[in-house]
Amino acid sequence: MSIIVNTREMEYIPEETMTQLLKRMKYMFPLVVVKIDGVVIPRVEFPETTFPDGVNIEIIHLISGG
Amino acid sequence: MSCDCNDKKVKLIGDNKTGFQTGNTEHTWDLQKLADSHKVLAEYKYELRPVHKGFAGRTLYIDLTSLQIKEIPVTEDMKKKFTGGRGFGLKMLWDTIKPETRWDSPENGLVLTAGPMAGSTQYPGFGKSLALSVSPSTDIICDSNAGGYFAPFMKFAGFDAVQIHGKATEDVVVLIDGEDGAVRIETAPFDETNSHMVAEQLTHYYAMEDTDRARQLVAVVAAGTGAENSFWGCLNISFYDIRRRVTRLKQHGRGGLGTVLRDKKIKAVVARTKPFDALTNNPVDPDKMADVSTRYHQEIRDLDKDQCNMRTVGTGHLVEIMDAYDLLPTENYRFGSHPKAFNLYSPHFYKLWTQVIPDGCWVGCTMACAKAVDGYTVMTGPYKGQKVTVDGPEYETLGCAANMSIWDPLWVLEFNFYCDTYGLDTISAGTAMAFYMEMYEYGILNKERCDGLELCFGNADAMMELLHKIAAGDKSEFMTAASRGARRMKDWLKTKNWGDAQLIEDTGMESKGLEYSEYVTKESLAMQGGYGLTLKGPQHDEAWLIFMDMVNNQIPTFADKAEALHYFPMWRTWFGLNGLCKLPWNDVEPTDNAQTDEPAKVPKHVQNYVDLQNAITGWNVDKEELILQSERCYNWQRAMAAWLGRGRRKDDWIPYRSMGPVTVLEYVSHQERYDKELVEKLGLDAKKVECMKVEDKIKVMYDYRQSQYQKLADAVYYRRGWTPNGVPTPQKMKSLGFGDETKMLAMLQQKIDEDDAAGLNVWVGEYADDEQPPSTDLKYWEKW
Repeated sequence: MSIIVNTREMEYIPEETMTQLLKRMKYMFPLVVVKIDGVVIPRVEFPETTFPDGVNIEIIHLISGG
Repeated sequence: MSCDCNDKKVKLIGDNKTGFQTGNTEHTWDLQKLADSHKVLAEYKYELRPVHKGFAGRTLYIDLTSLQIKEIPVTEDMKKKFTGGRGFGLKMLWDTIKPETRWDSPENGLVLTAGPMAGSTQYPGFGKSLALSVSPSTDIICDSNAGGYFAPFMKFAGFDAVQIHGKATEDVVVLIDGEDGAVRIETAPFDETNSHMVAEQLTHYYAMEDTDRARQLVAVVAAGTGAENSFWGCLNISFYDIRRRVTRLKQHGRGGLGTVLRDKKIKAVVARTKPFDALTNNPVDPDKMADVSTRYHQEIRDLDKDQCNMRTVGTGHLVEIMDAYDLLPTENYRFGSHPKAFNLYSPHFYKLWTQVIPDGCWVGCTMACAKAVDGYTVMTGPYKGQKVTVDGPEYETLGCAANMSIWDPLWVLEFNFYCDTYGLDTISAGTAMAFYMEMYEYGILNKERCDGLELCFGNADAMMELLHKIAAGDKSEFMTAASRGARRMKDWLKTKNWGDAQLIEDTGMESKGLEYSEYVTKESLAMQGGYGLTLKGPQHDEAWLIFMDMVNNQIPTFADKAEALHYFPMWRTWFGLNGLCKLPWNDVEPTDNAQTDEPAKVPKHVQNYVDLQNAITGWNVDKEELILQSERCYNWQRAMAAWLGRGRRKDDWIPYRSMGPVTVLEYVSHQERYDKELVEKLGLDAKKVECMKVEDKIKVMYDYRQSQYQKLADAVYYRRGWTPNGVPTPQKMKSLGFGDETKMLAMLQQKIDEDDAAGLNVWVGEYADDEQPPSTDLKYWEKW
């Protein structure tokens, strides 16, 4: 069982929320846009958002720095 | 009180025998002596007139050798081709220097500019100045931006830019006086040199009366003894902080522009203005400005605290993020994180910052990322025991500490304070010093060769001593090499035949002669290009693509990366044309940004800038025209690099440390990642990789990653419309509106012909059978 995160295959963990996935990925940058199969997920919904096996997740970090 | 000095009125502040108190330190300068010593060498009177649609309408030319001062009108053609700010600076240098001009040539110019939007107070980040000169580090034009009040005040005083050529025979101050319409060159034999002192001194000296409000109308540009004695000289731009009652400093850090200032024997350039307000920049449509700005201020107010938290911790928040993403340089970029890095995380500095309130470096900036520590007691050097205000530290300065493996927040403040007041760029100094430390670790440098200094990673005391010795002008053989930066140190070490020359080349983190800023780029090819395929050298203000490339995996192909390395440098260049800070663009984002087609570009904020440029200037531009404005400037600057003898593919080369692991230690620290790459991308057999020596794996990867970089350069040059050797083509320049710039076009054709004759106009990437270079026609541009 796996999911795709930013084009890379990752292990699927049942019942994992988006917040937990971000933590697993060590993605702590605050300005991210998250899409599950192309649908944008509002940040406020990350703690409650789960996803099924096989989905394509994009976690787009917006440019910052400098 | 006041006195007469050379028949002009000079206001003196406080008791001239006992000095005066600032927010931190009681100074005992004899201001009467200072006034008596300021002899006017030259004076130019000019007509005071209001700013018109964002432009003062003239620039100022000063020659310190001949003592000539004159004004030059800004033409509509100049605005059309060069927009303003950095673009004006390039044009002014093109018209006045020569191909053989170097940083210390008398004809070299130091240009300080304000773009048409600088000086507006409605929208955040509209107070930036852009400085340009031929750099001591790179021998080409370096541009550098800074906050502070100088650029707006210079414009309000009457000039869109000032260019200073020649060299004075004694220390001088240049005053641009918007109070009585005069420019003066005054001798300054007793003025302080180091920035925190001279900025404070001259702010009081030139204020029209003894009030904080009057001091707020004076801005000082200064450097220091470090700038005199190294190639890392920065320009400090002051602003008087009425709440702290102290003069604070922001920096034009990169490229040694402070070194140029002191080489000309300028202690300070001062702009004094009359009181100003939100309409002093005289926009065409102030209502539109207010409308756009009000919405943006609300975004910051409502969203910043849950996004980048710039108002509370500034750019310092990036330390913990970069550490988490393996991007924080430690031990001279060997690694991207460190177990002790938490000591430099922003909460530690939050405790040190005083008056933690929204704190901007120009009026009206609600992003307010500036931070300061008041009453810091200096621990070392000539100001030991004094209480001072330390601005920052910004992320880059913290990154330098990580790079030297020094994890003490108080040491960072000490380093930050002394770099600023000595007029030293923290980035250049910090990156170069980290390189010296690695050389020390390998025994290529040692205690004897370093004049008794033990430059081990983590030796905080030794690094401060090195800084003090450089600033004091120590001219030993080691100090001379060290003070000139990583490139000259490499050359010196190789001349001495100390150590492995390739190791020295691969680990000294500079390109074009300029030291890297503080990001690890090994796993992001696009960011390697963002540092190497640049105009002035490896500075993150052209393109910051690490997340887009390494984390998001949004730009997998060479063409994708080349497109990003076209767009983002153009967009960031635009801020420099207009006198703006980049941070308000994308360090806060609208709530619906995620729903837009290109969230990385923050389309709503781009539209804000379109609306604001139109509202100020009365132009009718769209977002495509903004990019075109930048493309003109960007190509002109690259063309000038070719004119000055550089600006070719070989000059865009980067050290291997920024491409991949140089040492066994680095490889082993991420062995799983690198082994996987050898199998999946290079096609090596997995079992064979398991049996290979690490040194052999490094060698295979070394060749592969360098080839990848060459392919990237091929793609980027093609996308930018340059030759395969990286020279802008006359056809490209004509398409940008430079068809009547015959001298420029002829020069470029000559350079291309020379490259042709030398066989340099070829794609350099090694392409497999299923790959193709960007074009099969090496002179693809000739068909345009």
